[in-house]
Amino acid sequence: MHLDEYLGTTHQAQTALAGAFRQVADAHGDEPDLAHLCEILAAQCDTHAARLKPFAPADADAPTHAFGGPRSGPLGLLRDLLDLYVLASACDMAWTIVGQAARGARNEDLLGVVTACESETAIQLKWLTTRIKQAAPQTLVVA
Amino acid sequence: MVDRIADPWGERTPYSPGEPWPVRVDEHLGDPGPVDGWHRSASVLHSNGDAMDIAVRGGRIVGVRGRADDRVNHGRLGPKDLYGWQANNSDDRLRRPLVRDGDRLVETDWDTAMDRIVARSRELLDGPGGWGRFGFYTSGQLFLEEYYTLAVIGKAGIGTPHMDGNTRLCTATAGQALKASFGTDGQPGSYTDIDHCDAIALWGHNVAETQTVLWTRMLDRRRGAHPPAMLAVDPRDTPVAREADVHLAPRAGTNLALMNGQLREVIHRGAVDKDYVAAHTLGFEELCQKVEAYPFSRVAEICDVPVADLERAADLLCEAHRLLSTVLQGFYQSNQATAASCQVNNLHLLRGMLGRPGAGLYQMNGQPTAQNTRETGADGDLPGFRNWANQAHIEELARLWNVEPDMIPHWAPPTHAMQIFRYAEQGSIKLLWISATNPAVSLPDLARIRRILADPGLFVIAQDIFPTETTELADVVLPAATWGEKLGTFTNVDRTVHLSEPAVQPPGEARPDLDIFLDYARRMDFRDRDGKPLIGWSDPEGAFEAWKACSRGRPCDYSGLTYELLRSSGSGIQWPCTADSPQGTERLYVDGVFNTAPDMCETYGNDMLTGAAYTAEEYKAKQPDGRAFLIAVDYHPSPEVPDEEYPLLLTTGRTVYQFHTRTKTGRAAELDAAAPEVWVELHPDDATRHGIQDGDKVRVTSRRGSVSAPARLGGVRPGVVFVPFHYGYWDRPDAQPHRAANELTMTAWDPVSKQPLFKVAAVNVAREG
Repeated sequence: MHLDEYLGTTHQAQTALAGAFRQVADAHGDEPDLAHLCEILAAQCDTHAARLKPFAPADADAPTHAFGGPRSGPLGLLRDLLDLYVLASACDMAWTIVGQAARGARNEDLLGVVTACESETAIQLKWLTTRIKQAAPQTLVVA
Repeated sequence: MVDRIADPWGERTPYSPGEPWPVRVDEHLGDPGPVDGWHRSASVLHSNGDAMDIAVRGGRIVGVRGRADDRVNHGRLGPKDLYGWQANNSDDRLRRPLVRDGDRLVETDWDTAMDRIVARSRELLDGPGGWGRFGFYTSGQLFLEEYYTLAVIGKAGIGTPHMDGNTRLCTATAGQALKASFGTDGQPGSYTDIDHCDAIALWGHNVAETQTVLWTRMLDRRRGAHPPAMLAVDPRDTPVAREADVHLAPRAGTNLALMNGQLREVIHRGAVDKDYVAAHTLGFEELCQKVEAYPFSRVAEICDVPVADLERAADLLCEAHRLLSTVLQGFYQSNQATAASCQVNNLHLLRGMLGRPGAGLYQMNGQPTAQNTRETGADGDLPGFRNWANQAHIEELARLWNVEPDMIPHWAPPTHAMQIFRYAEQGSIKLLWISATNPAVSLPDLARIRRILADPGLFVIAQDIFPTETTELADVVLPAATWGEKLGTFTNVDRTVHLSEPAVQPPGEARPDLDIFLDYARRMDFRDRDGKPLIGWSDPEGAFEAWKACSRGRPCDYSGLTYELLRSSGSGIQWPCTADSPQGTERLYVDGVFNTAPDMCETYGNDMLTGAAYTAEEYKAKQPDGRAFLIAVDYHPSPEVPDEEYPLLLTTGRTVYQFHTRTKTGRAAELDAAAPEVWVELHPDDATRHGIQDGDKVRVTSRRGSVSAPARLGGVRPGVVFVPFHYGYWDRPDAQPHRAANELTMTAWDPVSKQPLFKVAAVNVAREG
């Protein structure tokens, strides 16, 4: 039974993603669409972490992926968004993993947390994709 | 005629439900007496599309008269139209091109000015990514033919996605909300719905000041037999709010919570048209779940509106048999703009209030020709309401223009205005061509905008009819002809197309905007894939015919229209106008079938909180098949909320006597005299707290800047400060930078429509002196 430990890591990953969204909001405040939205998404991650907390031991392994930013400038923004995407992807798959485990453990409370949170992480990923697709040509080909 | 400055709406002509709106012809000649001729046109000082004839004497415009047989206005004109034409005759029109010589602009000839633009264009276009160095920022005040030509130049000549209009500031949310709910842009309703409705709900729409003739029609119903009930939602005490039976004045930025509460009530009271919802919509269950969290007790707290008033509004909305809604800037320029506007669509879908007389919906436009900016793709859409993410739509355009599909930028949505200015700020856009708009007064956070436009690394072209705060910062200024001096068509809110004839010659060397764009295309030598000129037309009618081909088969189908038909018809004609519907089409979606089929829709949809784009596969999986989307969204507070330092919320808006940045209306004596100077509206309680009395000069300060103006007490809800946005510096250079409302506003936008949030800046006020 490794579920508890994995939930600890998943909890930490949400906290780390919240922190990364906040760092991007601070570092790229001149991008007018980013600061407010990244704060909203960070708050979503905080809520996810809070809902996982009752299931998560404090001494779990740290998540595999860490935020490498924040960086500055348009290229730095693109790389920061990519980092966020990697972190959010790991969180997205973690919901799948935890959801499967919750079914195996017949743990309806835990499954309820997964159901409530996973769609928000999916939208975070989708937004990052949208924003990266917009920024890439201007950043890499024009600037 | 009564004094239309004192009474902007004129005399009442009451009428009853189902009767035709009586004719009342409004006319104003500057100098009475015989005229040489009358020339057909319509209004370009608001979005109502009031049809008129322009009077000419001795080669000058001398007045206007409403067209009695036009479906839109039945002869009426508003004060801006009755007096605004005088601006055409102003002595300070731009007459010759100007080019920058160090810190000043000097007169030159067209060849010199255009050569300078073309030389810079060629240099920038050279090499990979050249397209990304161009930005085009156009207007809601040109003609259809001009927008379409500009769109083809940008999308197939230069191949840039960086094109938008100032429609981004006024009507982007209307377009986006229509797309999100119904599949494509396109106004469902008709102005004749006022003749049949039994209730009118005005959501953030001060129609009495923005579209005076539309308001006149509503007032005439209100004074007739069986008048419609009226609901106004506005934080200000407007003429609409005073007329309404129920007035809700929510805290700025909370519209979505208000709407969610009303929809919950509609559902709980059993006022849902279950058959309509089952047959014609998707998402009812999710909407029910989402709005359940908004009982009136909670909405009352979020919005600061009494529960009893919310109940009265719900009575009105639930009891109506023929409900008409209109939506404008109170929703479009506020927090969660698209999401809140979609809830008005939801209201009409839930109640089955679409597609029949009186059951109508106007997602309004602010500017006169904004509809055409949207249709032709000069605004960050693709021409003909096509979907940038649909390869088949791109290939249609490529065939039409005879270019490779890859030439047409479609890797991401067209770049919206605020992002264009951000790229210019960062230096990756190096040429910005501004036509018929004045961003140095109308965009948010003006200190930033002036800094961007003044940067020597940005080559700014400003095409206008007067010297403006923007032309002052340009490298090349091109003098344009305007309404009454050029030929073309434009389309109003309810899809009515009007022809506008040239009545007089433009002043000096000024040219129609179409001629300027065509000249640029010729000099740049844009070619199609067979080596022929990309732009195959050379006059307005040629451009109109090209546009007809582009619009054919799309929702905004103009293929049945001709200049000849528009000349010979007494009235303007509503699109779609085709061989099957040669008289036009009064209402859309009469059969409850919406434009949501995947091969028809203009968007695959966006998440309303983030703006994240859904994919074609995700869209198709929903199997919309002609059903409308009921879009459910939770309320989130604004990006900027009041705090100790900035305890009040600013909302900006209009006065009935001025348009946009007053370039025209400030030059018409009657209009200028009626509202010559900026002011600040404060609630008396807030004024008392700050020791301010009526008439005191006050300073309003935000994190961006400050405005000095006399205080008017009253007219707004507590906690809100109102400043009209028309006033800049061309007539008061001494007041810079403390006169324009946009010194205060913030650079932030709705995640879906990308419309700036003009109505939610935190400010403080203090008495001056």
